[in-house]
Amino acid sequence: MKKFTKLACLLLALAMMLGCLTACGSKESASSATAYKLGGVGPLTGGAAIYGNAAKNGAEIAVEEINALGGDVQFELSYQDDAHDAEKSVNAYNTLKDWGMQLFLGSVTSTPGVATSAEANADNMFYLTPSASSTDVLGGVANPLTGTVDIARKSNVFQLCFMDPNQGSASAQYIADQNLGSKIAIIYKNDDVYSTGVYNSFISKANELGLNIVSTTTFTTDSQTDFSVQISDAQSNDADLVFLPMYYDAAALILTQANAVGYKPTFFGIDGMDGILGVEGFDTSLAEGVILLTPFNADSEDEATKNFVAKYQEKFGEVPNQFAADGYDCVYAIYEALKASDANPSMSASELCDILVATFTGGSFSFNGLTGDGMTWDDTGAVSKSPKGMVIQNGVYVGLD
Amino acid sequence: MTFLNHLISGISLGSVYAIIALGYTMVYGIAKMLNFAHGDVIMVGAYICFFAVASYGLNPIIGILLAMLVCTVLGMLIERLAYKPLRQAPSLAVLITAIGMSYFLQNSAQLLWSANNKMFPSFLNFGGTTGISLFDGQLTIAWTTLVTIAACVIIMIGLTLFTGKTKMGKAMRAVSEDKGAAQLMGINVNTTISVTFAIGSALAAIAGVLLCSSYPILVPTTGSMPGIKAFTAAVFGGIGSIPGALLGGVLLGVIEIFAKAYISTQLSDAIVFAVLIIVLLFKPTGLLGKQIREKV
Repeated sequence: MKKFTKLACLLLALAMMLGCLTACGSKESASSATAYKLGGVGPLTGGAAIYGNAAKNGAEIAVEEINALGGDVQFELSYQDDAHDAEKSVNAYNTLKDWGMQLFLGSVTSTPGVATSAEANADNMFYLTPSASSTDVLGGVANPLTGTVDIARKSNVFQLCFMDPNQGSASAQYIADQNLGSKIAIIYKNDDVYSTGVYNSFISKANELGLNIVSTTTFTTDSQTDFSVQISDAQSNDADLVFLPMYYDAAALILTQANAVGYKPTFFGIDGMDGILGVEGFDTSLAEGVILLTPFNADSEDEATKNFVAKYQEKFGEVPNQFAADGYDCVYAIYEALKASDANPSMSASELCDILVATFTGGSFSFNGLTGDGMTWDDTGAVSKSPKGMVIQNGVYVGLD
Repeated sequence: MTFLNHLISGISLGSVYAIIALGYTMVYGIAKMLNFAHGDVIMVGAYICFFAVASYGLNPIIGILLAMLVCTVLGMLIERLAYKPLRQAPSLAVLITAIGMSYFLQNSAQLLWSANNKMFPSFLNFGGTTGISLFDGQLTIAWTTLVTIAACVIIMIGLTLFTGKTKMGKAMRAVSEDKGAAQLMGINVNTTISVTFAIGSALAAIAGVLLCSSYPILVPTTGSMPGIKAFTAAVFGGIGSIPGALLGGVLLGVIEIFAKAYISTQLSDAIVFAVLIIVLLFKPTGLLGKQIREKV
């Protein structure tokens, strides 16, 4: 009995140590007084871990490249885990502050992003998130259904990804322009700010454009296994286009289950759909003809993307998704902005924040990255870049238009 | 026809809940503890089968057997390391340990196999079709649904016979009634509980394979939500009762689908749990639960 207790204790201690090692593994050991301390928070464990790890890996590659250049701007990067939980993300943010973080890459996902952006706003810490696309992260955006501003603008917060409403209204515009569907069904995840945010703006734009929406159904994290009802509702209303504002894990199930009942409309996704082809064992023929709006394409032929994809594959053994590219771009955007200003690594977080906010919103700052050319920012904190329509053909993404 | 389709989807979902609930109820009925790690043992089983079939190209039957073997060993190991030292501790401590074990398994799976989604291969194809098509294709019943229901019924009958007729089964029932008295009668309580966990975990492996055959996305958290729903199903049917787990699972699945189809997709979970509360108000031990009379 005692022996087993001891063994159990030993095993548990070992497991905890292992957990600690992986958590600390991301810290760059080469510390120098001339490097900016760059922090980031994201889900490195748990159900959303794929996004957090991708953003972290992308940022790591960017930091390595920049440090290898040996210029004036050097970075030290630390990523902390929030397990896609708002409360944990605030703790992770505080850990980073104790570490001496000067610049913050924000949260990777939206729900924790709303919490960390409020904290960072109170501290006047510069905040550029790779992928937390909710309007509540930025603040200052009116709810399209009620028209009121629920959260005031947090002036230090910027997004590198599209803001949800832009994705929703761009999708509706795209469907109308290209005449993709006459009867539209929507399935969205109603316990997720990302999905509902896109849905709200899609529906208001669709009404404006006179799109015919015949079926609207929802699901939650808890009921994310069976979509038979949602699919049969769309099917019985003869929808020829199904809009799926969600991440690809749920979308993959919807495609599989729709195929099982022989329902083959056009499926239209947003940036969260990116990665569906990378699911191990997924029958890519099911995704044939799926259209999505996304800023990044790993199969793109341009030099920067090819270079990034090759490095990522070598280092992490997989094809980077859009989150990895977002993480990579975030570090470079900050790098460019620091180079364009008179900042230096001995400044406090608040001083750096003021300088970077002035640079970002100054009007002359524009950034070319993997996820878009000529990205600019204004006082709203939202990025201005154009989404690309992609269609899946023969198992690869092909650019539309 | 839509009604029949929904009914079949409901039974399909419910039979998955039922097969998980059988494992929950088995362990609760005998060891009187809620093994919250059950859902994660399911996930491990599904991963083992996934790797055996998709990566090593083994026959699916061998994959399932391998998953059962690994899960049995894992279940006994968990019981030995995490629960046995707490045999005399208050049940709350065991409950918390089980929750901790659940997180431990999830995060270990993530370290071992990464958080990336894996698509579970569908090997339940007979004659190149994924299901039976009736009424000119208006109604389809997937093979996985039929196999899951059949597996549920076979396991239910098997478990009922096992606990009713065999020596070990009788020992299990004795342990569930009174551990101390059972020990005095010469029953090895530790072995009995270990065997219970072994059986429960082997069932978890089968449940994992069937769950992922129906809903083929495999991630380290795959088992947690179905695990909780199955636990609800087990309580609904009367926890500790083997036929109750089957009834509770199927009813929960059907109510969930009907609530989604005919009332609101937004409110489906609220409706499911409202039904659960109403049932428990009138039958506190669940639909088929034993009535326990306290002597005063």
